[in-house]
Amino acid sequence: MSKPVIETKDLTKKYGDFVAVDGLNLTVNASAGESDDKQPGVVFGLLGPNGAGKTTTILMLLGLTEPTSGSVRVLGFDPARQTLSVKARVGYIPDMVGFYDELTARENLVYIGKLNGIRREQIYERIDQAIQRVGLSDVADHPVGTFSRGMRQRLGVADVLIKQPQLIIMDEPTQGLDPEGARAFLTMIRSLKEEGITILLSSHLLHQVQAVCDRVGLFYRGKMVLEGTVEELARRVLGIAYRIYLDVEQPTNAVTEAFKDIRGVVGVKQLGATSYHVEATSDLRAEAAAAVVKSGGRLLKLDVEAQSLDDIYARYFEEVNHDAAS
Amino acid sequence: MTPRVETLPTQASREGSPWTGLGAVIMKEMADHLTSARMRILEILIVLTAVGTVYMTMQNIRENIGEDPFLFLRLFTTSREPLPAFVSFLGFLVPLIAISLAFDAINGEFNRRTMSRILAQPIYRDALLLGKFLAGLSTLSLVFSAIWLLIFGLGIVGLGLPPNGEEVARSLLFLLVTILYGGIWLALAMAFSVIFRQSATAALASIAVWLFFMVFWEIIASLMAQILSPVTYGLPEEVLAQAQVGMVLARLSPNTLYAEAMLAMLQPTIRSLGLILPSQMQGAILGAPLPLGQSMLLIWPQLTGLAAATILLFALGYVLFQRQEIRA
Repeated sequence: MSKPVIETKDLTKKYGDFVAVDGLNLTVNASAGESDDKQPGVVFGLLGPNGAGKTTTILMLLGLTEPTSGSVRVLGFDPARQTLSVKARVGYIPDMVGFYDELTARENLVYIGKLNGIRREQIYERIDQAIQRVGLSDVADHPVGTFSRGMRQRLGVADVLIKQPQLIIMDEPTQGLDPEGARAFLTMIRSLKEEGITILLSSHLLHQVQAVCDRVGLFYRGKMVLEGTVEELARRVLGIAYRIYLDVEQPTNAVTEAFKDIRGVVGVKQLGATSYHVEATSDLRAEAAAAVVKSGGRLLKLDVEAQSLDDIYARYFEEVNHDAAS
Repeated sequence: MTPRVETLPTQASREGSPWTGLGAVIMKEMADHLTSARMRILEILIVLTAVGTVYMTMQNIRENIGEDPFLFLRLFTTSREPLPAFVSFLGFLVPLIAISLAFDAINGEFNRRTMSRILAQPIYRDALLLGKFLAGLSTLSLVFSAIWLLIFGLGIVGLGLPPNGEEVARSLLFLLVTILYGGIWLALAMAFSVIFRQSATAALASIAVWLFFMVFWEIIASLMAQILSPVTYGLPEEVLAQAQVGMVLARLSPNTLYAEAMLAMLQPTIRSLGLILPSQMQGAILGAPLPLGQSMLLIWPQLTGLAAATILLFALGYVLFQRQEIRA
């Protein structure tokens, strides 16, 4: 197993008395695979309400803010001491990324290329590739002042691609984008992942996080309170991960009993004369279908719904607030 | 957690050179300065000043030709109604230009939300701040050198004779002093641009400091001298002591330092910038010019003071910027 892309240990940041990040232990591994072949990267989502410490964590990962205590390793480097090595390998797209409006897209990227110490002959080649990649070739020589929010965000991606990063950190990347722009952006994140780039993104747009992230970490008051795949979180917080809908012709009690006998089923409800929903900790469609047939019922319809991050999030904070109130 | 984190070596000092990327920052900032509309306005202003004052001076000089061995230096210092001399114009144009180059250096990056993106590149903050300062200083040097050449060119055409070696040397030193003086205001405006998040506030604060030294400091210095070293019995020692305290206080102002250094460079007959008693003048040939080396010795403390003030102000901005939170 190669070393983790991001590893923090008891990472703490205080601003005066205010604790922004409190003893954070976060590990993001490059990919699940063992081999060194080109593997798709991992997309890790940082979730949490505003002020939960997401941006502070990101700044510490980049060495832009010094931790009060604890340690950080990014790609095996210490961001506070080996800043240049970290920043040469990590791309950062800040929340509401800004460019020099009076310069063209290309000129903005040339500056970044030079700051990265890329050789002159390579800069233009990389810029052309990056701009093409994000679909801004037509407007590459227009001043950035004329760009829309979505175009700026895509230019932000081109901007980090120039340094050919191993890790890209995005802070609220889809905030303020229209639905079409957000969808295109998520597609871009997936294609970056296919190239083996690990991506850490922070967001509170939950359905988007769910759509692209392999793993998520839920931040609350400077602590990471939950971490895992969406499925794992659903199981932990809601107790169920899937809700299976079935329509059965002439249902009998035997069918209900058969559902309850399946391992992993948490609850069974009969919704109408013929329809059921079965709550389960994993995807048990095949088992549920078999149960219907075995108990003599005729299966008409079968559907499944994964639990959404929205539900998990809402339920989690409901519980937290409830605990706090009592 | 795995124990791997602890076994990784911790580096005592930061890696790499703090000047990584300095060249790129300087090039970019200079390109910005030289193409900005702000610079255009200032260039027009300063060229008008140069041409106007030189033209007026030339008429004055033609009338009294042959009286002064340093005709070219007179181009800078002679005034004729209604215009003041070029050097007095510079006294307030230099701070104005320097402030306008730097007042939005750092907070401008925050306001455009480019700061975190730039600092996420493999450079240190040192390179960004120093790069911006050096770019401003280079721009100042470029502008003043151009004006210096312009005045010399006009002088050669208008007077019909070439400058001698000492005139060139003295006016080059004058150019250097002017750039150093600009450096102070550049460093001051840059420090304010770190302190204030609004560019307008930083500009206003810089201009307030400039006005303070320009208008009020002399008054304050003489008042303070009267308080610190009062003349009680009207003894000459007391008067002398008060004048000396007043002079020390006045020299805390960069404007005074600049004015003194400039005068000694451009008027070779000036032999002292402080108080001089008639007894000390015994045997001196009045009106005889000092050699360049002696004039240099005369202004050495002023030059040191100007350089030191620039470095101190830059250091202040540097320390504040290093400690600043980057989150926008």
